[in-house]
Amino acid sequence: MIGHFTIDGRKIPFREGQTIMDAAMDAGVYIPHLCHNPEFKPHGSCRLCSVKINGRKVAACTAPAVEDSTVENETEELRGDRVTLLQMLFVEGNHVCPGCEKSGACQLQAVAYYCGMLAPELTHFYPLRDVDASHPDVAIDYNRCILCELCVRASRDTDHKNIFAISGRGIKAHLTVNAPSGKLGDTNFDVKDKAAHVCPVGAILPKHEGYNIPIGKRLYDRKPVSVVGDVADHQGEDS
Amino acid sequence: MPDPSVQEVTTELRARWNKDPANLLQVLIELQQTYSYIPEESIELLSSKFKLTRAHIEGVIGFYSFLYTSPRGSYDILISNNIVDQMLGSQDIANLLSEQLGVAIGGTREDGKVSLGYTSCTGMGDQGPAALVNGFTVTQLTRERVAQIVSLIGDQKSVSDWPAEFFSIEDNIQRRDLLLGNEFESGSAISASLSQGPEQILQQLEESGLRGRGGAGFKTAMKWRFCRNAPGNERVVVCNADEGEPGTFKDRVLLQSYISRLIEGMTLCASVIGASQGFIYLRGEYRYLVPQIEAALQEARDENLLGVGILDQPSFNFDIQIHLGAGAYICGEESSLIESLEGKRGIPRIRPPFPVTSGYLGLPTVVNNVETFIAAAMIASNGAEWFKAKGTEESCGTKILSVSGDCARPGIYEYPMGTSIETVLADCGAENVQAVQIAGPAGHLLPAEEFNRSIAYEDMATGGSFMVFGQQRDVMDIVSNFTDFFVHESCGFCTPCRVGSSLLKKRLDKVIVSHATTMDLDTMRKLSALMREDSHCGLGATASNPVTDLMDRFPDVVQKHLRDTSFEPAFDLDAALEEARQVTGRTDPGAHIKGGGV
Repeated sequence: MIGHFTIDGRKIPFREGQTIMDAAMDAGVYIPHLCHNPEFKPHGSCRLCSVKINGRKVAACTAPAVEDSTVENETEELRGDRVTLLQMLFVEGNHVCPGCEKSGACQLQAVAYYCGMLAPELTHFYPLRDVDASHPDVAIDYNRCILCELCVRASRDTDHKNIFAISGRGIKAHLTVNAPSGKLGDTNFDVKDKAAHVCPVGAILPKHEGYNIPIGKRLYDRKPVSVVGDVADHQGEDS
Repeated sequence: MPDPSVQEVTTELRARWNKDPANLLQVLIELQQTYSYIPEESIELLSSKFKLTRAHIEGVIGFYSFLYTSPRGSYDILISNNIVDQMLGSQDIANLLSEQLGVAIGGTREDGKVSLGYTSCTGMGDQGPAALVNGFTVTQLTRERVAQIVSLIGDQKSVSDWPAEFFSIEDNIQRRDLLLGNEFESGSAISASLSQGPEQILQQLEESGLRGRGGAGFKTAMKWRFCRNAPGNERVVVCNADEGEPGTFKDRVLLQSYISRLIEGMTLCASVIGASQGFIYLRGEYRYLVPQIEAALQEARDENLLGVGILDQPSFNFDIQIHLGAGAYICGEESSLIESLEGKRGIPRIRPPFPVTSGYLGLPTVVNNVETFIAAAMIASNGAEWFKAKGTEESCGTKILSVSGDCARPGIYEYPMGTSIETVLADCGAENVQAVQIAGPAGHLLPAEEFNRSIAYEDMATGGSFMVFGQQRDVMDIVSNFTDFFVHESCGFCTPCRVGSSLLKKRLDKVIVSHATTMDLDTMRKLSALMREDSHCGLGATASNPVTDLMDRFPDVVQKHLRDTSFEPAFDLDAALEEARQVTGRTDPGAHIKGGGV
């Protein structure tokens, strides 16, 4: 069955079972998102893709498309809400863009530029978080983790290794590694794993290639995320 | 005989829980009770036997407040931290215990004997201050009782040998109506269902107007019907007895003194929807009720009202198992509750699908509140008219309230729906009331101008918490306590609730120390609105209510705390320089900042 709904006045087709995000992606309409990756089961945790359907807020990545519904996406109100959500993510962790290897190829940064976030504004948490450099090929910098669980999903559903999990609750929720030591080096994680290439921020970073691509020639340096797409779509590319 | 090894105990517990990974949480809770923590060996063994990663198991342990990976003291004391317990002196009690037992609040004594800390509301607001000692509820903590506890611990008396009156819990029913004031003939609801058939019962429930008593108010008949019509051969009935809303304690009373009606209500539901499996998900704080509930379940089996071939119907088999929670308010949300029943972290599910089509282990599942099941059983027995005769058009029947705080007669009050707050206040002997909190921190804090409002779905919907605050109380303390509660209980899944609840708390603290300006209020409004609209579940959507009620309903209280500049930093700049002044030994005017603004 094919149905239709509108996003910001534009008519979009959808197949039965598709979410608003699925249909929008198929039609080439960009809805800002961080925890969503069409290769994995939708999660709905970052809430950046929240849109208004018939006046009610829903996460586009988990909400089913509804025949004849009216979806608002690029409105000033929703842009403002997204800026606040992004500011929340920036102050929750320790995101120091100028000193981050991922700068320019970071989806959090790119979406923040896209939505027009100029400063974090909210009160910084400055949490004390570790860096795990125990693995020979991949480092984890927990300072930058935004709890999107893409690595959790990729390791579970694609790599079938279940290397990552979430522990803690509330503001203390955090990413964990499946080893008695909690160190990535003590797992069978491999740099070729899917989970090594889905992180939208600089939390899971391949080693030995830092700054191979100079600032200015990185993924989002020339075109916005709405045109370039997700970080995960560009893994292994030179620029 | 030597003590069994950790391996042996873990293996035995796993066997007792049918070697089913869905029972992981129950095995962990029993390990916690046995060892005061979850030993590393148990995690390894459960990981290999259940085929779950250790990170998964650690994630479950890390989610629940009552599970630990390092030992607690032999005496593990957790003081109820609800505002009502605080008003009854819980903080003095905690300080006294800390001083006399030589243990820091939030710590464990060096000899490993005593741990002391706070926990969310334990459901004893009418007989507090209360605490959990090794998981068992101790009420009415007076200074004398503290002295007794200190000496019992000094003598290393096992908690099971402590005086029984420490653990005595009163029902404290102050007003009875339809549910609490009428007799109920055991078996009458199930007989009605068996003789009239499911369709007749559903029609009766529909006519009665019964809606979910947890506060959301979904029509019970509709929920049962959806589940009955969902495809699949097996169905599940779940009773939500995870009464975690601070200030509520009605389920405690219903489970203690009306348990057979609850069992019958669940069995009635099973007969209507065609379920064979049932669960009572009991909040960990009510662990003391487990033996009583087990006994009641056995009694129902003995009377042929539960188990195999109920009331001699060879095809009607239904039984109920108790699952305990472990200190997570979010598990009162029905999809989190189901995740927790399946032994996982209690993260709310994405909906649709709803539990009525895909609930416990993907099976169609009805989740109802304790009071709802009891009402359903009594409606099946007494008829729809009996129920509808009370209440309003949209809110039929009665509502059981848990009244606590500044009043002469705290306790359980059952009222017809539509009863005004004024009436409740007069009946419970509350005078000079400044505010009433309806439906717990997720509900609303109402000033006197709104006491003419009524308890009903169309006005003030509530799960039953009713906390009274006299003129002597500081509204800021109340709001601060509730905001802390949400910081502690947010599951951490979605950004707005996880980060927003802590950010709200930071801003509120700025208001409390009189460093805030109107700009901070604007930020609080922006954060609140985002949490309300963008959160993944109802917890996040209501977690900002205390702060918005403070700003909307108590503007004078906020105004008194505001500075008149447009911006103030979150801290006192001059005070922040104190350390530098001490290090440099400077006291001259140049070492001070006047005004402090930027």
